[in-house]
Amino acid sequence: MMGSENLDSEEAHMYASREEMENLVLDEPSNNNNGTKSFSDYRSAMSSLADTHHPLSSPMAAPADSDPLLTPPPFRDFRNPNVATDNSSYIEPPSYSDVIFSPFDENAVNEINGVDSPGRSSDSSGFLSKSTSSSSDYVKITVSNPQKEQETSNSLVPGGNTYVTYLITTRTNIPGHNGSEFSVRRRFKDVVTLSDRLAESYRGFFIPPRPDKNVVESQVMQKQEFVEQRRVALEKYLRRLAGHPVIRKSDELKVFLQVQGKLPLPTSTDVASRMLDGAVKLPKQLFGESVAVAPHEVVQPAKGARDLLRIFKELKQSMANDWGGSKPPVVEEDKEFLKKKERMHDLEQQLSNASQQAESLVKGQQDMGETMGELGLAFIKLTKFENEEAIFNSQRARAADMKNVATAAVKASRFYRELNAQTVKHLDTLHEYLGLMLSVHGAFSDRSSALLTVQTLISELSSLHLRAEKLEAASSKIFGGDRSRIRKIEELKETIRVTEDAKHVATGEYERIKENNRSELERLGRERRADFLNMLKGFVLNQCPQSYASVKRWTIFFLHL
Amino acid sequence: MEQQRSSSGSSHSPRSSSSQPYLSISVTEPVKLGNGVQAYISYRVITKTNFPEYQGPEKIVIRRYSDFVWLRDRLFEKYKGVFIPPLPEKSTVEKFRFSAEFIELRRQALDIFVNRIASHHELQQSEDLRTFLQADEETMERLRSQETGIFKKKPADLMQIFKEMQTRVSDVVLGKEKPVEESNPEYEKLKNYIFELENHLSEAQKHAYRLVKRHKELGQSLSDFGKAAKLLGACEGHALGKAFSDLGTKSETLSVRLQKEAHQLLMNFEEPLKDYVRAVQSIKATIAERANAFRHQCELAETIKLKEINLDKLMLTRSDKVGEAELEYKELKAESEEATRRFENIVRVMNEEIVRFQDQKTQDMGIAFHQFAKGQSRLANNIADAWRSLLPKLEACLS
Repeated sequence: MMGSENLDSEEAHMYASREEMENLVLDEPSNNNNGTKSFSDYRSAMSSLADTHHPLSSPMAAPADSDPLLTPPPFRDFRNPNVATDNSSYIEPPSYSDVIFSPFDENAVNEINGVDSPGRSSDSSGFLSKSTSSSSDYVKITVSNPQKEQETSNSLVPGGNTYVTYLITTRTNIPGHNGSEFSVRRRFKDVVTLSDRLAESYRGFFIPPRPDKNVVESQVMQKQEFVEQRRVALEKYLRRLAGHPVIRKSDELKVFLQVQGKLPLPTSTDVASRMLDGAVKLPKQLFGESVAVAPHEVVQPAKGARDLLRIFKELKQSMANDWGGSKPPVVEEDKEFLKKKERMHDLEQQLSNASQQAESLVKGQQDMGETMGELGLAFIKLTKFENEEAIFNSQRARAADMKNVATAAVKASRFYRELNAQTVKHLDTLHEYLGLMLSVHGAFSDRSSALLTVQTLISELSSLHLRAEKLEAASSKIFGGDRSRIRKIEELKETIRVTEDAKHVATGEYERIKENNRSELERLGRERRADFLNMLKGFVLNQCPQSYASVKRWTIFFLHL
Repeated sequence: MEQQRSSSGSSHSPRSSSSQPYLSISVTEPVKLGNGVQAYISYRVITKTNFPEYQGPEKIVIRRYSDFVWLRDRLFEKYKGVFIPPLPEKSTVEKFRFSAEFIELRRQALDIFVNRIASHHELQQSEDLRTFLQADEETMERLRSQETGIFKKKPADLMQIFKEMQTRVSDVVLGKEKPVEESNPEYEKLKNYIFELENHLSEAQKHAYRLVKRHKELGQSLSDFGKAAKLLGACEGHALGKAFSDLGTKSETLSVRLQKEAHQLLMNFEEPLKDYVRAVQSIKATIAERANAFRHQCELAETIKLKEINLDKLMLTRSDKVGEAELEYKELKAESEEATRRFENIVRVMNEEIVRFQDQKTQDMGIAFHQFAKGQSRLANNIADAWRSLLPKLEACLS
């Protein structure tokens, strides 16, 4: 942002002059210097909410002295769950240095979004908590208080492993929970477990993606910074989960939020048992005996060491689908779905593009504000200089003009900052929905893997039937029957029966997932439309009062000349 | 810069010679000539005047940048003490690109330059000015190639002179002993003021230039954002799609508006600031001249003292060199008086010039600030109107 200049000297200069700027006597009656300092901890939502400046209220009521930065904020009850569409509230901007000096990246955006926005997170229905739900129930989750803890189980490394736990506090009025407020301590591994179990239980749903493991970053970044980043991400994730109408009711989530102590969900990394299972199955698989896929297994996609044979078969099937001459027995026939899939793909591309451009728009506004501020400062220094060295009256006159320009520029700079903080909030909807596309991919791939399972089973069945026929044909030629062959036929018939069952279950699963996809797509469409319209309105509204106020400002200055 | 032109005379009618004297000049129609490295811009210089010394009421000549440089150098030589109006920089790199903006800025700056000369009560009498405004191109070319003024020195040399100036000033401020400086405290104050002023102004101008860039960049972002919004709208249906499309179109409109404002800001705010900086640099050159004149005067005074002593000695010893020495002494005396006169003239002129300079700059900057405020006010107005116009449609969509 500073261009090719020496960042340190500029920063130092700006820090010194930031104090100058904040302490400027700018002809404002309520020049409350202390007010600006109280904005530093913007995360404690209770104490530092800014004045709600409804943009449609008369802008003329906002004279120069009602600069939100300088007037102390009244308390605002952010727990009101139905304030969903009130996107017009100002969240007080982060302190000056945050916006100016932190590179504009995801962190800054996250930080800004970490603020409890009354209009957003208190209402938890819908993807982004913006569209109102019909009921007034809410689930509000907060992640806080990261603490280091020691791994108690025996590990190879003496001294043990340390890990971080987070305090997860839930406030809700949904019945069926233990009371209306409760807390647990969880570590990131627990979150991974939760996410994996949800993925298994809710195939076909658009499950919000969990935060990344960030293995590299956790080593490279400053511990505090990383932990903070993760805390924010976890909070976002859990809130999104609570915002999903189906998932919020899930046992997995309930258990995660409520059960004290160890998380009572099976972990994915239960390596030992899986290995054992796999070891038992492997010989059977290797020796080519028809190991039928048990019906209860087909409700999960094949993965890992246990399902080697199944993976192999399904891979064979998918290759046959792609390269083989014949059409697979069951195909994705739902043209509607295919169309929607196309649209999702398009949407994702455009969202990505729009998200990028939104970021550069925000940067443009930020830079503008910065440079205005610097210009103002330079003129202030000039003014001081001219006044000190003045020999001629013309110099004093010039200094007075300059001071007006400087003041106006500094104010303009502050307004750009505020404008930007709000713009970021609104346009963040784009980023959010872009992130959501990941869960859409997940749901679609659930569908295709379920389909593949069905197709594989059908192929298997047909080849089993073929073998049975051959055996029967061969055995019928021998008079009196072939005892070993008859036994084999019996076994085969048994296998066929089991496989039929499996196919039945798999088809049911596939249909279920299809239905989930459909309902989710519909919900996504509905909520997206509402959220986007709100975003557009919020964005446009935001640009107006800023400009109104600044029009007044420039006009006043203009008239003074 | 109508202000500049009209200050040289109130009436603009070229026909009546009995009206107020006026000298009004336009630098117009930049045309790129030549190819590649040899390329240069030529300007049409139109002079309208009723001064008797001029050939006629109207004259049109073709001039190029180096001709203006010649004029500036000649004036600097002849009118010591006067703050010669500054010229736009001789760019070596941008020359090759010759963007429309660059050409227009230069034309404007040259126009201002020549009109300031025309409105200066001393400079406007200059014969060199008359030559510049009336001579044919061949004569001009001949004169141009003869020039050996101070500014013909390589920029490095010039920098050296300025640097020396700066160290000398700071040395005096720091109390170090350095030979032959004026011990005039008021003048010292002025010198300090000028040097510091340049620093402050340069910084302000730098930020102003960056502000212009920011306007351009924001305009570009708005344009890109608008396009992206439209594409996104195409994915969505009906009302939402239309809303996005409207937003996108509005964004693009505002982008154009911002680019326009960037241009205005450059011409009417940043350029005057730059001009101010150049003016201060020109004053520094005059300060250097004054220092030269002072030094010259002192050296001569020293030499005369020595010669006096020598002369007395010779007279005592009744040497036959006395006559020669007396002659030398008389010559030196005359030279010294001349040098003193020149120096005192510079001092007098500078005192007048500084008053004029301060008044002029207050006026110029007042206009520039006015333009700045007006521009920003209009821009803010346009932006607010544009976005506000979308609201009814969006409200309709939401209900």
